[in-house]
Amino acid sequence: MAFPTLIRNLCRHKSVAVSLVVIVTVVCLAVLAPWVAPHDPNMQYFEGLTMEGAPLPPNEKFLLGTDLLGRDLLSRLIYGAQTSLIIGVVANGIAIFIGTLVGVCAGFLRGWTGAVLMRLTDLMMAFPALLLAIALAAILQPSIWIVALVIAMVNWVQVARVVYSETIAIASREFIAVERTLGASSFRILFSHLLPHLLPTILVWATLGISTTVLLEATLSFLGVGVQPPTPSWGNIIFESQTYFTSAVWLVLFPGLSIVLLALSFNLVGDALRDELDPSLKGRG
Amino acid sequence: MPIYLLRRLGYAVLILLGVSFITYLLLYMIPADPARQLAGRSATADTVANIRAQLGLDLPFYQQYFNYLTNLLQGDLGRSYIQRTEVSTLIMSRLRPTIELMAWGISFELIIGVSLGMLAALKRNTAIDRFLMALSFVGVSSPHFIASMLFLYLFAVNLDWFPLGGYGEFQHVLLPALTLGLLGSGWYSRMVRSSMIEVLQQDYIRTARAKGLTRARVLFRHVLPNAIIPVIPMIGIDIGIFIGGLVVVESVFGWPGLGQLAWQAIQRVDIPVIVGVTMVSAVAIVIANLIADLLVPLADPRIALDKS
Repeated sequence: MAFPTLIRNLCRHKSVAVSLVVIVTVVCLAVLAPWVAPHDPNMQYFEGLTMEGAPLPPNEKFLLGTDLLGRDLLSRLIYGAQTSLIIGVVANGIAIFIGTLVGVCAGFLRGWTGAVLMRLTDLMMAFPALLLAIALAAILQPSIWIVALVIAMVNWVQVARVVYSETIAIASREFIAVERTLGASSFRILFSHLLPHLLPTILVWATLGISTTVLLEATLSFLGVGVQPPTPSWGNIIFESQTYFTSAVWLVLFPGLSIVLLALSFNLVGDALRDELDPSLKGRG
Repeated sequence: MPIYLLRRLGYAVLILLGVSFITYLLLYMIPADPARQLAGRSATADTVANIRAQLGLDLPFYQQYFNYLTNLLQGDLGRSYIQRTEVSTLIMSRLRPTIELMAWGISFELIIGVSLGMLAALKRNTAIDRFLMALSFVGVSSPHFIASMLFLYLFAVNLDWFPLGGYGEFQHVLLPALTLGLLGSGWYSRMVRSSMIEVLQQDYIRTARAKGLTRARVLFRHVLPNAIIPVIPMIGIDIGIFIGGLVVVESVFGWPGLGQLAWQAIQRVDIPVIVGVTMVSAVAIVIANLIADLLVPLADPRIALDKS
């Protein structure tokens, strides 16, 4: 399906169209952060605190209010979008790569290799994923790249399992058998037949995976083992201000809404993509 | 059946062995030096070496893992670096609150998820259906910590319906359990909706209707029991995610359970406790999956045991 048609079909649902707008907006804000952010995200404004030293609620100068150190919340949110998206892309990219590699190998080679690889995913499924991620991040002295790596280590399993069953389904179709009889090498079958057919599945899981990644990063940062201040991330903004959240609820509300909105958008687009790209689902639901 | 059960049990043991190995590798081997951490900054090289020998950290890797495993099999999870007590004692003291919270949380998850999924399927392609499905997506897109904090702010601080946190009475468990239930219910309601739509199109449902059964009887006797089958393995898969949610929700609500214990241990890099909680969670996940796999063929005789 051509890309413009795909986008047009996706936009038939209003919620998906809105989600796409949200995603594009967040990406633009993150890329253009130095130009669109109204203030320096790390500048501690003297006038950003009340006389008693409390953070300011939303006002004309600081549109979404200020945090405990008198920094502009809106600017920190805009720079925080960079963090979320970088981790979303890097962690999810690694997870998709490992997951696809394991899934394709296991599904294509079958036999011993396949069995061992799939038992490995069974093993990973028995781990309390978040607990493992938190423990690893805490021990490894978190940085943005460690966080991305930890998230990828937890998230590849789901991808591997889906790609595995999809690979088996495709490999048993007639056109693969025909290719084999025509003398195509395994290599050729893998790269010019199997992978192109896997692409829709991978695309769907890549989209859904960004949502999982954004949530996981936010949770790790909220627990203080994710992205470390002063680098702003939506999760650590809440982490920094959690003790004051009853008196300064905007410090939890706005970053919280940002996280939910972005994760929700990727979920909705991923779900619509699945409906669109998987013909077997057409006409159902 | 007995052969299948034995095979599955054997497999479960293998999985747990694998989990113990990876956990050990990641948590005891990667961190720089537990002995140095334990000794503190000002300790001399001698003291550190002593502690290292005491903990058996000077042995070769396979021997260390073997010792750890034999202890594990005897229920000995080691001693906490910080609290100077047996890890197993710490875990036992936290088990009850966690099981309580889990039971309530999963119940809410199922009650909310199944009833909303049913409603959506019955009102398929209407505004109600679309609203409920959008809601389920919001649920699964919200991290536990945000929901916990906002619920706490709204229902405990502002409306004063619930206590701010703590443990003991039923009202204490309600808000954290509802948080877990509301967020987790999204997957269930989507699953129930789609499986119910499939069941509603079956011939036997048309037959049931044609022979004049009441709507309620068709729904609860014929549709629901069939539509609910895919939910069973989902509970098994969900346990792992649920335990992750527990860590966060327990920390925010001050619930004295395993999640909070794990979180405190993580903050102080108290590795034996982290490993202990991870192992206990893995056992819970494996058992839950095993039970779910055994229950599915009981609920649906068409699914044979050996195929899975």
